[in-house]
Amino acid sequence: MADLTTEFLGIKSPNPFWLASAPPTDKEYNVRRAFEAGWGGVVWKTLGSEGPPVVNVNGPRYGAIWGADRRLLGLNNIELITDRSLETNLEEITRVKKDYPDRAVIVSIMVPCEEEAWKAILPKVEATGADGIELNFGCPHGMAERGMGSAVGQVPEYIQMVTEWCKKYYSKPVIVKLTPNITDVRFPARAAKAGGGDAVSLINTINSIVSVDLDNMAPEPTIGGKGTHGGYCGPAVKPIAMNMVAEIARDPQTHGLPISAIGGVTTWKDAAEFMALGAGNVQVCTAAMTYGFNVVKEMISGLSNWMDEKGYTSTQDFIGMAVPNVTDWQYLDLNYVAKAKISQDDCIKCGRCYAACEDTSHQAIAMSEDRTFTVKDEECVACNLCVNVCPVEGCITMEEVPAGQIDLRTGKVVSDQYANWTTHPNNPSATAAE
Amino acid sequence: MATSHQASGIQAGRLSAPEIAENFGDLHAPYDQHEAAVAADRCYFCYDAPCMTACPTSIDIPQFIREIQAGHPVSAAKTILEQNILGGMCARVCPTETLCEEVCVRETAEGKPVEIGRLQRYATDTLMAKGVHPFTRAEGTGKRVAVVGAGPAGLSAAHRLAMLGHDVVVFDSKEKAGGLNEFGIAAYKSTNDFAAREVEWLLQIGGISMEYGKKLGAELSLDALNGAFDAVFLSIGLGGVNALRSEGEDKDGVRDAVDFIADLRQAEDLTALPVGRNVVVIGGGMTAVDAAVQSKLLGAENVTIAYRRGREAMGASRFEQDLAASKGVKLMFNVMPKAIHGNGAAAEIELEYTEIKDGRVAGTGETVRLTADQVFKAIGQTLEGQPDGLEIEGGKIKVSETGRTSVAGVWAGGDCASGGEDLTVTAVAEGRDAAMDIHSSLMG
Repeated sequence: MADLTTEFLGIKSPNPFWLASAPPTDKEYNVRRAFEAGWGGVVWKTLGSEGPPVVNVNGPRYGAIWGADRRLLGLNNIELITDRSLETNLEEITRVKKDYPDRAVIVSIMVPCEEEAWKAILPKVEATGADGIELNFGCPHGMAERGMGSAVGQVPEYIQMVTEWCKKYYSKPVIVKLTPNITDVRFPARAAKAGGGDAVSLINTINSIVSVDLDNMAPEPTIGGKGTHGGYCGPAVKPIAMNMVAEIARDPQTHGLPISAIGGVTTWKDAAEFMALGAGNVQVCTAAMTYGFNVVKEMISGLSNWMDEKGYTSTQDFIGMAVPNVTDWQYLDLNYVAKAKISQDDCIKCGRCYAACEDTSHQAIAMSEDRTFTVKDEECVACNLCVNVCPVEGCITMEEVPAGQIDLRTGKVVSDQYANWTTHPNNPSATAAE
Repeated sequence: MATSHQASGIQAGRLSAPEIAENFGDLHAPYDQHEAAVAADRCYFCYDAPCMTACPTSIDIPQFIREIQAGHPVSAAKTILEQNILGGMCARVCPTETLCEEVCVRETAEGKPVEIGRLQRYATDTLMAKGVHPFTRAEGTGKRVAVVGAGPAGLSAAHRLAMLGHDVVVFDSKEKAGGLNEFGIAAYKSTNDFAAREVEWLLQIGGISMEYGKKLGAELSLDALNGAFDAVFLSIGLGGVNALRSEGEDKDGVRDAVDFIADLRQAEDLTALPVGRNVVVIGGGMTAVDAAVQSKLLGAENVTIAYRRGREAMGASRFEQDLAASKGVKLMFNVMPKAIHGNGAAAEIELEYTEIKDGRVAGTGETVRLTADQVFKAIGQTLEGQPDGLEIEGGKIKVSETGRTSVAGVWAGGDCASGGEDLTVTAVAEGRDAAMDIHSSLMG
């Protein structure tokens, strides 16, 4: 069985699965249960400044969207940072870290954007023996209105400034948690790096309204007849998170900056995909909130099983392996030609490929009287829509047309030369091929 | 005190009232909202869907399932009822395993079709529970149409004609509407008096008057109807039953399965309905299965279906065969009745083994005797009491594609008419289509 031991910023954990800063890591009780279940580490739920803690609403905090069998696809929340006293949290963190020296314990922090506030809390956190801190620059609700959370994360200068304070008053690794509620995630990531941040973690939750109660005409969750936007997370956000992770991993200015990936990790495969895109580990919240802490067991067995199959002996072997293959559209090979192919043995004759192609694409699938569906190579642009709507996995495949053969759609011989948009004659700004 | 399974002869009270209630409960429990949503989500919304093609009434199945999936089963019900006004009953009695569900691509893919019948029931039950009728009558045309027979074909035709603005009078020889829905099919497929409730709901359209106790050839004549009405639709069903033509057929304890089922359906108290200890049903269709299964459910100790051909030739679907087997009915193939023995009342049935020679059933000479105090004949029904002057084809009233008979002004549909399988859903389609043709012929 592959060794899942992961070192992230020099912090060792028995596996790359950490619990994200969120309700599951709000208390010693929960965190002990998480460690007993096998989680590699936790990011303790965000601490605020000393003094009266924040208060949460007393109505519903979560909203969700579901698949047909109530499979939870996306969750949204309006919970704030910890509403327990700083002292209590610090005592608990100290005890837990002492009892679980082999697990990663990171403390998430969100205090006002003033140097004094950070200077005050950081030594206290350092004293707990925790392995590092995570700066919560992401929370999109409740705290942002008070000038914290995503209000900081949306201003790269603030990120850099606060990160610098943290590096100044704290000796251990500093992870900067980024909000996705921005236009280009590379800018905050660059700011985190410029401020001396040791790593970034992303994504925090996405601003969202998950549903509207059409009887009461109010967003859900509804509290006293009103609702507000909350932070969206869970399986539905994974594609957005993966793109942002990849953008940072391949940005020359931040390439190599350690990334802790967050966003819809539910199974081992989600984790492996994030790690292939450059994440050193992953953080999980919604999966644990949906199914309980035991979900980590599948993540552990699945990842090591896959690593064994692939011959990887350490997570380092595959972290970032997919990054070189993430590129910009303009560099995609326009001479690569594929055609859809329908396996008649696997086809169940539902006709969804036909409806999709005929109504919304390129009229490249023929339907016979007896419901045999075949691809018209002379029309097929290989868009892949048929593959995506086919209910039978593997029934429709995209087959590369080898160089030298004629593409029946264009009538041209498929070239074996790479050529992209930057040199294409239709591109007004094309540069002549060297 | 209830008599036991072992009491000989034809006896009532073999089971207690709670046992009877459980036995005759719904064959398939209705879906709740969540189950319906999950079942609906399995539909692939096929292009030019095979299920729709397989449905004799051409219900837009992907559409109604999508409406259920999106949370508005009442729209789903309208989609169903527009094509099939008896969609509620068809959801219960259709042999979906040989129609829509047989061709469902999920059946191809994984041997487990979308449960179209149960989804249809969910939609139609939801609408009917609201007590609303979703259709309204067009402005009156002043035309009058007579419908003879208040079974599925007649009710379907009557509703469509009324909706189009015609005045309809439905005649039936019995004192109750519904035809085989009310008197024929198995009780566990139409629980809580569904057939009667559905008729009541259907009649909410208005413009239909019911006249009971009027039989063609007795109180009614086709000539008189044809003269008094602008059009006549005959849906008289198959009133006769085939005889066994076996020795001892006249003994006590030997009767037609359809009569037994009708008695059962109309019984106030099933514990009071007598059934044999050892029941043998002759036949291989749905009626045979319905009679056999219900005998078992009433408490008969041994029930056997004896069919003269092999399993594959059986009229009852594999689902029905398995249902019978699961209730403890024994299925015997390739046997035909030779004689019924007994002193006055049936005691034994003698069956002869058969083989198929040149497509015909022939006895092998080998026989077997089964104890049988009750024998049900379910070997097919025949047209009976049809008026003179109508052309007959294959033992049924000859009709065109749209139900026109050889007599001008007279249409026919349902089991009494040629073409189509003898199914509720087919009868509904024929009634509807004939109504449309009557309408265009009256208004043209």
